Amino acid sequence: MNGVALRILLGDRAKYIGLIFGIAFSTMLMSNQISIFAGLMLRTAGQILDAREADVWVMDPRVEYVDEIEPMTDMQLGRVRGVDGVDWAVPFFKGLTVAHTRDGMLQQIILLGVDDATLTGVAPQLVLGSVEQLKQPDAMIIDRAGFQFMWPQEEPGLGKVVELNDHRAVIVGISDASAPFTTYPVVYTKYSNARNYVGRTRKQMSFVLVHARPGVDIHQLAQRITAETGLKALTWRDFTWATIGYYLKRTGIPVNFGITVALGFIVGAAVVGQTFYIFVLENLRQFGALKAMGVANGTILRMVLLQAMVVAGIGYAIGIGLCAGFFEITSRVSISLRGFELPWEVALGTACTVLVIIVIASFASLRKVMVVDPAIVFRG
Amino acid sequence: MTDPSIAVRCSAITKSFPAGDGMVEVLHGIDFDVPAGELTMLVGPSGCGKTTLISIIAGILTPTSGEVEISGNPLTRMSDAAKVAFRRSNVGFIFQQYNLLPALTAAENAAIPLVAAGMPLARAAGSAATILERIGMGAHLGKLPNQLSGGQQQRAAIARALVHAPRLIVCDEPTAALDAEAGQTVLEILRDAALAPDRAVIVVTHDTRIYSFADRIASMEDGRIKAVRTASHALLSEAA
Repeated sequence: MNGVALRILLGDRAKYIGLIFGIAFSTMLMSNQISIFAGLMLRTAGQILDAREADVWVMDPRVEYVDEIEPMTDMQLGRVRGVDGVDWAVPFFKGLTVAHTRDGMLQQIILLGVDDATLTGVAPQLVLGSVEQLKQPDAMIIDRAGFQFMWPQEEPGLGKVVELNDHRAVIVGISDASAPFTTYPVVYTKYSNARNYVGRTRKQMSFVLVHARPGVDIHQLAQRITAETGLKALTWRDFTWATIGYYLKRTGIPVNFGITVALGFIVGAAVVGQTFYIFVLENLRQFGALKAMGVANGTILRMVLLQAMVVAGIGYAIGIGLCAGFFEITSRVSISLRGFELPWEVALGTACTVLVIIVIASFASLRKVMVVDPAIVFRG
Repeated sequence: MTDPSIAVRCSAITKSFPAGDGMVEVLHGIDFDVPAGELTMLVGPSGCGKTTLISIIAGILTPTSGEVEISGNPLTRMSDAAKVAFRRSNVGFIFQQYNLLPALTAAENAAIPLVAAGMPLARAAGSAATILERIGMGAHLGKLPNQLSGGQQQRAAIARALVHAPRLIVCDEPTAALDAEAGQTVLEILRDAALAPDRAVIVVTHDTRIYSFADRIASMEDGRIKAVRTASHALLSEAA
């Protein structure tokens, strides 16, 4: 009877399209908003995720997330290096400063200072130039979006000169650094340069990036560092979640997105539920006739569920396609929207939610079909 | 020992429905036999219990007491699932409102009982087409119900009732929605195509114009069979 169920569904074009639209709209809204939310949250931890060589981040015990800096003395670097299981440990500077361009423009930037010798912590993908160029005097690497933000009319290129705290800095590389939570350009330079760019003080080291020796458990290493130095040490993953968790707890972002996602769910469930209920109600007499003719309740149940699943499948495919298309287009429209994409986890989660919507939508209808008296067909 | 000449045997059938705080009995101990190979009409005023009785005979309503046998099979003693399976194989239905599925063609609608029994829709529609052609619907096989006249829709419904060669065909007011000419044609087709030595046809009707097609007429009143008369009986000629 599956073919018959599908023909009944396709026979009522208006409701069929209405049902698919409802699911597609709901899917699009939910997946889009959750993806943007996930993208925003990942942006908060962009600099952690870009420093892929670091297994453990070490910081002042009062630091809660990556943008909250409580500088440490350089002496702490030696203490961390002395902990058993540490393969190498390098200083990492993170701060904000203002860049002045030669045409008189000024721009707040995120300044990241990496170890002079190893250049550990620079975003791995470079669009132009090479990381090694950073060893040149006054060298800096800027992210592509930051370059376009500062020089919107120009193609990214090397050799541009900016002034940071009265110090000259030359662009020797263009990186593809992860988009930060703010729209500020992300600038990499040597640790020693960074200290000059912000003005020297007694305590300037923001973090110590640690790489574990092969075979060493990084969680245990982090605990050991904390125990032996009194500093906070978190694995890169834990620090990422700590940073995301801070924004989740301390900002209204989750609530705002949560409301939109809930609206998507409620609108989807209401529109689809009502349309499906009416669709089934209008076919109740036909279902009654089928029951009278000996079609079992189980078969009718499968027919209605098949109709629901087909509508859910097509609606979901359209909705998720629209969502993916949205991110594809927006990433081309503006570089500042880079990094927003449809993660597979969101696609899967939305699929499960759509399944819940369609089950809720079918439930009332199914009950109606199950209890319909086949004798209904004998009533003119 | 089952009498093979009797297609349907109703013994002491009663049926009560809840009404207010109590129950109201609408069928009062009906004993009624429907012979095989005959077209039996069930007539009577509205509310006399015709539809209730035919629903019980068709196995879609359970009597409060009494027994129904169809070709020797004790319908009232079957489980619900067995009753559904029995209906699927042994009972054909023709309804007043046709109850064709609007999205299916005439051939596909007529094929429903075969599809319900597990045959693929396309193959079942092929089998149904043979019957539709036999009853003059050959030119309308691929038409949807809304493209057919009332008489043509009822003919598609007749084909649907016949396609799985059931032992009993139950018709509820099959001519009520048709004009006189279309009603006559439908009954002619029903008699010609449906009647077989091992099959009984029961027609519930108010339409006195079709009494002449009956082999037997059972008249009901207040939940009881008042009289059962054969074709030669005066009632038929009076009705005609």
